[in-house]
Amino acid sequence: MRNLKRQLLAGPYILWMAGFIVLPTLVILYYGFTTTSGNFSLLNVTSIAFSVHLKALVLSLKLALSCTVICLVLSYPLAMILNSMKSKSQGLIVFIFILPMWMNFMLRILAWRLLLSNNGVINSLLGALSLPGLDILNTPKAVVFCMVYDFLPFMVLPIYNAMARIQPDIIEAAKDLGAGNITIFFKIIVPLTMSGVISGIIMVFVPALTSFAISDLLGGGKVLLIGNVIEQAFMQEYNWNLGSGLSVVLMVFVIASMALMNSHGDEGGGTFA
Amino acid sequence: MRKTILFLLGILALSSFCAGCGKKDSPDILTILNYGKYIEPEVLDMFEEETGIKVEYEEYITPENMYTKYKAGAIDYDLICTSDYMIEKLIKEDEALELNFGNIPLARHLDQTYFDFCKSFDPDNQYTLPYFFGTVGILYNKKMVDESKVDSWDILWDQSYSGKIIMADSVRDSFMVAEKRLGYSLNTTDDDKLREAQNLLIEQKPLVYSYLVDEAQDEMIAENAAMAVVYSGEAGLALEYNENLAFSVPKEGSNMWIDAWFMPKSAKHTENAEKFLNFLCREDIAYLNFDYVYYATPNIQVKDSLDTELQENTTIFPPKEILDNCEVLKPLDDETTMRYNLYWKEIKSAD
Repeated sequence: MRNLKRQLLAGPYILWMAGFIVLPTLVILYYGFTTTSGNFSLLNVTSIAFSVHLKALVLSLKLALSCTVICLVLSYPLAMILNSMKSKSQGLIVFIFILPMWMNFMLRILAWRLLLSNNGVINSLLGALSLPGLDILNTPKAVVFCMVYDFLPFMVLPIYNAMARIQPDIIEAAKDLGAGNITIFFKIIVPLTMSGVISGIIMVFVPALTSFAISDLLGGGKVLLIGNVIEQAFMQEYNWNLGSGLSVVLMVFVIASMALMNSHGDEGGGTFA
Repeated sequence: MRKTILFLLGILALSSFCAGCGKKDSPDILTILNYGKYIEPEVLDMFEEETGIKVEYEEYITPENMYTKYKAGAIDYDLICTSDYMIEKLIKEDEALELNFGNIPLARHLDQTYFDFCKSFDPDNQYTLPYFFGTVGILYNKKMVDESKVDSWDILWDQSYSGKIIMADSVRDSFMVAEKRLGYSLNTTDDDKLREAQNLLIEQKPLVYSYLVDEAQDEMIAENAAMAVVYSGEAGLALEYNENLAFSVPKEGSNMWIDAWFMPKSAKHTENAEKFLNFLCREDIAYLNFDYVYYATPNIQVKDSLDTELQENTTIFPPKEILDNCEVLKPLDDETTMRYNLYWKEIKSAD
């Protein structure tokens, strides 16, 4: 009886999952493995091997990877600094970090386009200071830049959470036993924040890999990511089978990267634990 | 036990989904699908106020996007405005409903010339009501561009404008530029010619600032680029905002297009749709729309009411000798369409 009650509590979520996750996935799988006339076919999935699609996938992986690395390099020291501050100012800084997320993500991308354009605010300022202009709009650099800007909080917060959870006693004990700062960092802090790092990596890498709006708006239509190819297949070419087939391939990449990461982070304590 | 619960919940989820499908059908609505920035928003409010019909209005970017939205079938559109070749494709697929011109008496305000133009895709003028027409050309900034050279598409391949060129983010429009530069028809299906055009566009890509449709105008007004491939009306409007801008239709020829309204098969409120079309032909409404989108209007009353300077504005109202040099887009067969799409993707992914 107790078991039944518990299951009923999960009801709304199961309903949600069935309607908005399982069902759509099945539809994607159906479209992905059939032709327009409804016959079984592997062509949509294997078309990832076409040079255009492969190039887009490689570029997506490359940009997502650079975005993740940059986020990690920025976030880790930041989380450490945050953690060493007084708890009152910690709350304020975390708040400031989350503040931009109150605004819609599309609006922020559009704002960056205006800021970065040839006669935009940034270039006018640089020009006024007689510095060379920043010419990154409509290049992959601008796409990575905006991805970092958008996804940075998703890296900072889990790392910061994991770090805040380390008991000061542990570090004191290590010091008592004669460990130097470097040893403490590598033997205690890094292993204990690993779960946060891994959640952070997943939460940055996966959306970066699948994004298409950022590359569309800041890449000037010149940066073709796999997300753009899929979007074009659906919206431009009216070829849902191809779009679904490529989505299946992308899903495999996403699941593989999550599995790879999770196999390293079983200790728990991260956002997904 | 757990399995049965899961199963029951699954069924529930499915059934609640299907319940959403049988939407209530209210008689007092009108669902419209139109290009972006292609109607004075106030016109919709005025129509709602005058008739009590609630307008559900949706926009799209390229005709291909429209085709997908319509074909997806999620929304029953009553009225769609799109371009010549796409209407022709839909008429051929038997997706258009005949208009009852008896309910659109004000259509007499439209110049017969443009009904004749429409005959190229709607031979008996049964399905469509012309809305606006124009050409495609180069919108350029006089301060940044050598004006003696803008009479040719060649200028879009000129190295000295590297990073200052905006191309159209639309398959047919971008290919049109390359095809016309090569002296081919913009409806060519010949694979060698297509490849040649593709190579030209790939060669051009390093010079391109960005590929845009509706935003090209804004970028040009802000002087972020030196020239852009745009529709004539967009150029007309941009000229109003920035006096350094000018427009040219290159001598190699270009695309003459005409956008028109039609009722798709999904239409549930055909009477409302015809009422709306009649409303659009009314002089004051047609004027508001003209003033907002700034494309050439087929409405004689509106054109006559404009001051002569505007009537003689060749950017907005392309003269006959330019139109004679232009070609109308035709729908392509499925295989050629696929090739166009693939080649376009290759251009977009080229370095």
